[in-house]
Amino acid sequence: MFGKSRDRTTAVLVIMPSIILLAIFVYGFIGQTVALSMSDWRTLDTQAGVNFIGLENYTALFTNATNLANYRFRQDIVNTVFFTVFFLAACLGLGLGLAILIDQKIRAESLFRTIFLFPMALSFVVTGTVWRWLFSPRSGLNTLPAAFGLPPLSPEAFPWFTDRRAIATFAWGDAMHWLIGIAVFGLLAYAAYSAWKKKPTRAVILGVVALGILGWWIGGAGQVVGAVRAPANRLNLAMISIVIAATWQMSGYTMAMYLAGLRGIPDELREAARVDGCNEVQVYRFVVLPLLQPITLSAIIILGHISLKIFDLVYVMAGGDNLNVDVPGIHMYLTAFRGNNFAVGAAIAIVMLILVAVVIVPYLVNSLRTEVSR
Amino acid sequence: MATLTASKSGAQYSRPRRPRLLLYGILTFAAIIYLIPVYLVLTTSLKPRAEVNLSAIWALPSVPTLEAFGAAVDKLAPNFLNSILLTVPATLISSLVGSINGYVLSKWRFRGANIIFPLMLFGMFIPYQSILIPLFQTLSGLQLTGNLVGLILTHVVYGLPITTLIFRNYYAEVPNEMIEAGQIDGANFFQLYRLILFPLSVPGFVVVIIWQFTQIWNEYLFAVTLTDPVSQPITVALSQLGGGLATDFSLQMAGSFLTALPTLFVYIVLGRYFIRGLLAGSVKG
Repeated sequence: MFGKSRDRTTAVLVIMPSIILLAIFVYGFIGQTVALSMSDWRTLDTQAGVNFIGLENYTALFTNATNLANYRFRQDIVNTVFFTVFFLAACLGLGLGLAILIDQKIRAESLFRTIFLFPMALSFVVTGTVWRWLFSPRSGLNTLPAAFGLPPLSPEAFPWFTDRRAIATFAWGDAMHWLIGIAVFGLLAYAAYSAWKKKPTRAVILGVVALGILGWWIGGAGQVVGAVRAPANRLNLAMISIVIAATWQMSGYTMAMYLAGLRGIPDELREAARVDGCNEVQVYRFVVLPLLQPITLSAIIILGHISLKIFDLVYVMAGGDNLNVDVPGIHMYLTAFRGNNFAVGAAIAIVMLILVAVVIVPYLVNSLRTEVSR
Repeated sequence: MATLTASKSGAQYSRPRRPRLLLYGILTFAAIIYLIPVYLVLTTSLKPRAEVNLSAIWALPSVPTLEAFGAAVDKLAPNFLNSILLTVPATLISSLVGSINGYVLSKWRFRGANIIFPLMLFGMFIPYQSILIPLFQTLSGLQLTGNLVGLILTHVVYGLPITTLIFRNYYAEVPNEMIEAGQIDGANFFQLYRLILFPLSVPGFVVVIIWQFTQIWNEYLFAVTLTDPVSQPITVALSQLGGGLATDFSLQMAGSFLTALPTLFVYIVLGRYFIRGLLAGSVKG
């Protein structure tokens, strides 16, 4: 027993350096970024007097109507949401479709699998470089029809990521009212669901959080943000080019996830459904697809958090100055490391972190909890 | 996790022929679409510069030439070397440390491990922008920016969550009885690892090494922030090939091919393990 307890100490000592390093590099640095984001540090000269200014940087990002950098941030959030919705829909749809087709006991299965998945092995920088050319208005895909003797697509109608058109324009203040409303409603609905499932602690916490947000919004924040009516935010058509390039790269990932899921469904289940009179479509509708739901959830969370922090693909493809496809990752990088405006860069980074954490933390907690109870 | 390559023979359903043809038709069409960028990269990089004509980019090169590849190698060779000098040590160190962490977390559950492990995992999901400024300050304070040492350290640290996760799940499959038997034979902590777990770890190491190699080789944000022009990895150099008034597309495409080559090679040769690493990223493994 003596030896065993000494081994136990060794075990803790062995993992300790990793824990300390991650504590510093993840949590310590996040803490520093938070502190920075509440300061007015704007130059490389660290000693030039850095003052604590509370949440001023954040307030400006969300409510300042005159400064271009703050407008740009709000447009970035809109672009990211727009991108995320289409990117997720495309990846899930294509991934599931390809996985079902490949799962039909076909010949040359591994060849098809390899072709659909190989872009995952590439760097976003490579993808960006190649698709920048594919989408350049006077060349690339627009001239592909000409290779078959058809008229090429006109650069005016298909300017791709240089597109200046917007599907819709709207006031930021209105959008925020809607977003907060949806968030509060979602939280309350989940609280009610938890109460119904007899999880009172969770229901109470969710309810309190929802009402807290509602109170904060009605109590003043809503008025301030709601007052931002100009410049109008836009749903930019140019984002579609980024969606296509990102889907080309990542849809193989969802395909692999779904394929693994499909292979995990025993043939007996499908056979039983067929014996019960289901046709092939019904087998998928009533047996296979319901069993794939957990995979869809995982895919949404993994891809969703990737799309919320996307940076290199857009930066390489469209450069840093194209506001129609700008995202928070680029804005943060340029603000901090080109403009030396570290305080505002830090604030943008923390908003990104919060967005990602909202998606990831419940997922982590949930998947580790089911693991413990297994 | 089911292996994707498991071929299911037997169970032959007699299906009508036409849907079968349609199935292959759709798959082939999709495959062609996915391969369009590859066609463009290969044909363009084999063209002489004069032949890269904006309106005829889909034409095959009249006479394939390695001119553009030569130019790309000239420009990118130092960065390619930087990427190797970065990726190899960072991959090996983070894999080895992850393996030992996984051993501790799966076989020596200490008090608080259930809280510390998810806190470690969170580190692989954060947007790295949220740590980039303090990271840059700290590393430049230690004189570790502008060279590869700081970048290696960075990749090792932020690689630890995923390597630890994969090895923890991998070692969880090793029966505890094997460890107990080793203890009865008098093996200590390190001997148990070296004599029992490590020899069983080859597939785990293959998965983790491939994953880390791919991630680090392809990474851009840390690389562009923490290095100077001399120590730039290849991704940063590639992103800067476009500069100048007349963009040299054949050079860019050859450079893209060069940048993609190592990870693509690994993917094609060891695809099965690559997919396993990919799926391990969704935590449950």
